[in-house]
Amino acid sequence: MDLLEKKMELKEIQKLEGHTDRVWSLAWNPTTGVAGIPAMLASCSGDKTVRIWQQNTSLPSNPWECKAVLDETHTRTVRSCAWSPSGKLLATGSFDATTAIWEHVGDDFECVATLEGHENEVKSVSWNSSGSLLATCSRDKSVWIWEVLPGNEFECVSVLQGHTQDVKMVQWHPFMDVLFSCSYDNTIKVWAGDDDSDDWECLQTLNESNNGHSSTVWALSFNSTGDKMVTCSDDLTLKVWGNDSATKQTNGDEFSPWRHLCTLSGFHDRTIFSVHWSREGVIASGAADDAIRLFVENNDDLVEGPSYKLLLKKEKAHDMDVNSVQWSFKENRLLASASDDGTIKIWELASLP
Amino acid sequence: MVAGLINANPIVYEKKERRGRSVPSTADGDEYSVEPIDQLEVFDHIRDIKDPEHPYSLEELKVVTEDAVEVDDKHSHVRVTFTPTVEHCSMATVIGLCIRVKLLRSLPSRYKVDIIVAPGTHATEAAVNKQLNDKERVAAALENPNLVEMVDQCLAPSYD
Repeated sequence: MDLLEKKMELKEIQKLEGHTDRVWSLAWNPTTGVAGIPAMLASCSGDKTVRIWQQNTSLPSNPWECKAVLDETHTRTVRSCAWSPSGKLLATGSFDATTAIWEHVGDDFECVATLEGHENEVKSVSWNSSGSLLATCSRDKSVWIWEVLPGNEFECVSVLQGHTQDVKMVQWHPFMDVLFSCSYDNTIKVWAGDDDSDDWECLQTLNESNNGHSSTVWALSFNSTGDKMVTCSDDLTLKVWGNDSATKQTNGDEFSPWRHLCTLSGFHDRTIFSVHWSREGVIASGAADDAIRLFVENNDDLVEGPSYKLLLKKEKAHDMDVNSVQWSFKENRLLASASDDGTIKIWELASLP
Repeated sequence: MVAGLINANPIVYEKKERRGRSVPSTADGDEYSVEPIDQLEVFDHIRDIKDPEHPYSLEELKVVTEDAVEVDDKHSHVRVTFTPTVEHCSMATVIGLCIRVKLLRSLPSRYKVDIIVAPGTHATEAAVNKQLNDKERVAAALENPNLVEMVDQCLAPSYD
């Protein structure tokens, strides 16, 4: 597969309408879209609701339909949503300072827990790879780690202080219990638990002095092998970071720090809000200039280390800012995007004839 | 505000005479063509915003001037540079928020708006700029009833 050899286009499959305010975030249900289970997507919005969208496989064109509207729980903007690895639970973080846990029962979604503790806006939620831990972060500068107990009980096991400003996003490593957070303080922090003391500590801070960002870091994403991470920022750059420990078969005791590999600058002219790495290696970015850009690794010149090429730029992907871009887990070339214009779009990365 | 004003005695300037908008040239006979948004139109939207502390408008306090508005209609971009009355004005973010909300309500949604403090006119310039241009912070602020009330008071029309 070499995407650079073909002419590619981002083809709009469907526009999903229903939210009455900006759509902030999206999450594909990881256990759907295979073995005859219709693909499912959650979206959350400034209209205080979460919508569940599902493909109707009984119709020939498999159109996406809104299956459920989760409302009357959050009292302010719902900023972030994430499915547990089992696909059974959905966590939603809101500006109302709470995180809600929704369970998929039959055809319905039921709010089974509300996690309180943050002082103000919750900005992001993330499950670890086994689904045993949930991380949340807030404008209160803290990151909380919750243990998932039987009976939909959630116990806060650690409150991580270290960021000096609001924390924009938390994201677990795809298979290790290492947590990453990025912030309005321009840094990315790497956290891990100490097996002996049960305490969580900050192992590394990526900031301007180690080639990090010079303004708010909005989002981060990992490649499928977990040895690279991409971050996006208000400084108009994407940065790619690398790590050896994911590929070296270490027992996990030794932490090897993340290193800056390259900076993608000159491509964006307004804030980059979202970045997501597909399983086959395509980096998508969503930005305040209404465009979606796709990047792939450039194998021409490996002397200087990895570099990335712009595969394509979809201008006017939305009528307003693009807040979230998410590749589907199952269909490598399906991308969903969410915007201030209140819509979600499903795209297919296709080669031109 | 009984506790003392940040700037108790601001200098009040005269309002500029309101120019009528220039009649678009109809030489080509197309009166239905879209009229681009210009500097004066954007200035007209924000000149009457009231200072959070005083009964004066931002124009009267020279917090905003017509020249401090940059418009690129083709690229749907507006930039407003405002000048707080005093260097330590704690109201700077509220003023900036008022300008942002007014333009949010007045301009077509295709517009990208940047609001910045005039360089060298505020002690925490970078922090104020960062906050005013972080849309997540702005969205959260606009869900805070106390702040919204304050902004709405500044934006309420005066009939003098």
